[in-house]
Amino acid sequence: MSLRNNRAVLLAAAASVLLVAGLALALFWAPEDADQGFSQRIFYVHVPIALTAYACFGWGAWKALRLLWTRESRYDLESYTAVHMGVIFGILTLVTGSIWAKISWGVWWTWSERQLTLFLVLFLFYCAYFMLRFSVESGPRRANLSAVYALFGVALIPVSFLAIRLAENFIHPVVFTRDGPQMSGSMFFVFCVCLAAMLGLFASLYTNELTGKRLDARLRELREALE
Amino acid sequence: MTYFADVAALARKDILLELRSRDTLPAMLLFVVSALVVFHFSLPSDASATASTGLLWIALLFTALLGLGRAFTAEREQRVLDGLVLAPCDRSAIWLAKSLGVLAFLGMAEALALPAYALFFEPVGWELVAAVLLADLGLAAVGTLLAAMAAASRARELLLPLLFLPLVIPVVVGGVGATVVDNPGRYLGFLALYDLIFAILSWASFEYVVAE
Amino acid sequence: MTTSEKYVTAAYLLVLAVVLLYVILYSFKLSRLEREVAELTELAQRRRAA
Repeated sequence: MSLRNNRAVLLAAAASVLLVAGLALALFWAPEDADQGFSQRIFYVHVPIALTAYACFGWGAWKALRLLWTRESRYDLESYTAVHMGVIFGILTLVTGSIWAKISWGVWWTWSERQLTLFLVLFLFYCAYFMLRFSVESGPRRANLSAVYALFGVALIPVSFLAIRLAENFIHPVVFTRDGPQMSGSMFFVFCVCLAAMLGLFASLYTNELTGKRLDARLRELREALE
Repeated sequence: MTYFADVAALARKDILLELRSRDTLPAMLLFVVSALVVFHFSLPSDASATASTGLLWIALLFTALLGLGRAFTAEREQRVLDGLVLAPCDRSAIWLAKSLGVLAFLGMAEALALPAYALFFEPVGWELVAAVLLADLGLAAVGTLLAAMAAASRARELLLPLLFLPLVIPVVVGGVGATVVDNPGRYLGFLALYDLIFAILSWASFEYVVAE
Repeated sequence: MTTSEKYVTAAYLLVLAVVLLYVILYSFKLSRLEREVAELTELAQRRRAA
């Protein structure tokens, strides 16, 4: 038990250090982009958050697979927590992406930004995940349904991305382009630090959330045992 | 192979039930034509062919939803699903049989919708027919699984569209793309890929959805 | 600061705000858990006394 606590504290400490370091590097140390200037720095916040959201959904799908494979109920909580965090990071992706669109092109939303569109579709999908969970009684049934749905979500990610790319041919002309990761070495370093920071943030928050939820469940059991 | 015999038996049961009660299919047929008429009034007069194609696909999606919403109600109302699940057949056979039934109803609805569309809006080319057929496979596969999920929940008919719509966005892209773009091959191929991935996924995971 | 710099700063501050919001919500949860543990301890002691 104390080992688990130590791990959680260490994870939180590491995440904090990485987060502060990453953001400081991004704001002060990273070289200024020739084309976009200071506003390019939002890239160090937006893309790591997006990638972390994907990691959350992937982690949730992995735990879902473990649930269906082993039928151990603890995986349901782990999968649910991961998807929950994924949606939070997803909302952050949409908001920071929207801010970036405002900076770059002056509009709060644009359909020609593939990542944003993909995240919107995924956001809708995983919101339906919560609706599914809310409308089924808790138990192995709900765990199974959630797990299958989480697996569908992970399959949807590449398929949707492909669909969005194909859709560009007839939906909107790709007027807005964004310079890709033609980053210099130091930019890439800052990006990696920020990515590690966001992943660390997810890991740390995830561990805490799980502990809290497990405590909730055990307290409920204790209450039932005593009453 | 008893697997396919099971599937055939289950599918036959569903289609016979529908032919006797005649509630779902007429509703789907009427719905799709009504929707097309509504769309005529909702499109501005200078709307392009692409816009009306898009609306056709929306009509097809919601017609599918209508049919899927009824896919498991009969079982649920008479608790037959528990009996089916206990039956000594592979659970995924239930999924395959239901999907084939949904596919049949969808096909019949489209046999009416496409001529109606050709009459009201634009002539229908082979690409549209091919796209619709390919899309049907994906819609039936995914829709049947999601309908089973929704049937297990309290919200039922409310939940199915929420689960269904995000998952079928790629189908709409493939379908509309195949119709309006000069070279439809890529979009038809994409639809086939979607069908393959999600049919396999639905087939494999159905037993977990109906298990207690 | 130019407008775009303001927006970038806003994005960074948003991330910070979300993390801090999480901390606040979590402290609510912790106090609720504390309360429950206190209640259950009382229940258990009453049980033992009876």
